[in-house]
Amino acid sequence: MPFSLHFSPTPLITAPSPLSKPFFLVPYYHTLHAPKSPFCSSTEHALTHQGKKEAFDRGPEDSQTLPLGLRRDAMPSHVAVIMDGNRRWARLRDLPVRSGYEAGVESLRKIVEICCKWGIKVLSVFAFSSDNWFRPKVEVEFLMSLFERGMQEDTGIFFRENIRISVIGDLTKLPKALQELMVNLEEATKNNTRFQLIVAVSYSGHYDVVQACQRLALKAKCGLIEPSDINVSLMEQELETNCTEFPHPDLLIRTSGEFRISNFMLWQLAYTELFFAQSLWPDFGEAEFLKALLAFQQRQRRYGV
Amino acid sequence: MEKEVMSSLKMAGNILCSASSFIRKCIFGVLRVGPIPNHIAFIMDGNRRYAKKQKLSHDGAAGGGGRYDAGFWALMVMLLYCQELGVKYITAYAFSIDNFKRKPEEVESLMASMLEKFHLLDILVKRLAVRVHFVGNLELLSNELRASAMELTEATAAYSKSVLTICIAYTSRDEILHAVRESCEQKRIDLEFDNDDDNEIKLMKVEKNMYMAVAPDPDIIIRTGGENRLSNFLLWQSCWSHLHSMWVLWPEIGVWNLVFAILNFQRNKTYHLEMRKKEKEL
Repeated sequence: MPFSLHFSPTPLITAPSPLSKPFFLVPYYHTLHAPKSPFCSSTEHALTHQGKKEAFDRGPEDSQTLPLGLRRDAMPSHVAVIMDGNRRWARLRDLPVRSGYEAGVESLRKIVEICCKWGIKVLSVFAFSSDNWFRPKVEVEFLMSLFERGMQEDTGIFFRENIRISVIGDLTKLPKALQELMVNLEEATKNNTRFQLIVAVSYSGHYDVVQACQRLALKAKCGLIEPSDINVSLMEQELETNCTEFPHPDLLIRTSGEFRISNFMLWQLAYTELFFAQSLWPDFGEAEFLKALLAFQQRQRRYGV
Repeated sequence: MEKEVMSSLKMAGNILCSASSFIRKCIFGVLRVGPIPNHIAFIMDGNRRYAKKQKLSHDGAAGGGGRYDAGFWALMVMLLYCQELGVKYITAYAFSIDNFKRKPEEVESLMASMLEKFHLLDILVKRLAVRVHFVGNLELLSNELRASAMELTEATAAYSKSVLTICIAYTSRDEILHAVRESCEQKRIDLEFDNDDDNEIKLMKVEKNMYMAVAPDPDIIIRTGGENRLSNFLLWQSCWSHLHSMWVLWPEIGVWNLVFAILNFQRNKTYHLEMRKKEKEL
């Protein structure tokens, strides 16, 4: 089956070209390793639009054709994404910040769809960091309402497409209604097996380790374990990523050209391959995701040895 | 005649050295107009590939690893440049706990090479007034290596101009586990003696128990060898660090690589500091 793109309705506003970047930001050192496969130069040309296609094209994964150059046996099980650049995207188009976030949600929907098609089991997204609470109150409130609306609107899709939703982070800081919605959605989808979407909200890597430490301290206080017994296995049981079979991302993608982890999943990223994309999150589409996956498949993973 | 030629060559060499030193000082002067990182960490990857390129063999137990000599000198050169620039803290990922899984002869060769270098390191760091720390699970090292490390740490304790932290028998997860164990043990003791009503363990407490509490968080983490991953290095401390990966192999790293890394860091510094400050306030 030839590979084809599903185009979601695109906004009517065309963007001015982003400000050109100084030479030292050209991805010479870090990003976009040129794929070594001889077929890859034709990858983008191979992406053809064949009219409107049903979202989440269902067939069994093995029969789905992957884009040229991608190998099914080398697909990452767990991809993590730092969805950076929504506000910059809006500013570059003279749009309000909320438009940037809405475009970001659309981008996320597309990536979830692609992950389902290409056989990626888990996608973790850094939706709202612990330090995002410092943003203007209006912006934070808008984000909370966007999460609520997004989860409500897509509930049907999660059930229909057999997608499991997990939420990690300090949920006590969220509005009560949103907390309840998230907890209920997690519970209702916990037996879905096709794909898992982990949404990190009010989350930080430091918070994750500290809360695991607190749970272990409580167990030690109750005499269930000795502090000296604490090992990798006990630690991982208490981390928030204990909700998934694949707690360690194979690939981390950060958009918008920033080269840092920003306190996302620190323990879990020990051996994760890092990919820094120049494009802003709302512009991060199938072609960019494909580049990231192709680069990932070229890497030789040694797991520290 | 030969003496004259040698003398001319020596003079030419001196002139070239002075010229390159002058150019370097000028470049560093320009860099210092912007913010200079307080702490740079290096993942020194590429030694084996470099040795293969240069066709260096590892000598096994007999004479130490000749293949790692160039890597040692690269670290010393970086230390010198960083000191000249005003970078106070330098951290180097010398040997990971995962590296014990390599072939035994390779591990032995590396350990022998490290032991061999202690004498040289001792001379250099004392000359440069550099305080040295060895962080990691030092119990995994041989008695000899551990004793040499402790000796050098004590001998340089009074120096404060620069701090060189060498991560040996280290992984970040091991460090975090150690910090968690210590924090849990301390909390249990506090609760037992009623010193603490609060059941919570705060972030600062966990951080205090990290091996890397001897240095602030790195501003830049530089990885040579072309890979783009942390390999279990400074996971806790790297949350706001600028990550800089370069294709050059570690023994080939030079001043321009360092300059480029710092220029990239200078573009993003304000954001880093702001975020770090806000997190500590929580």
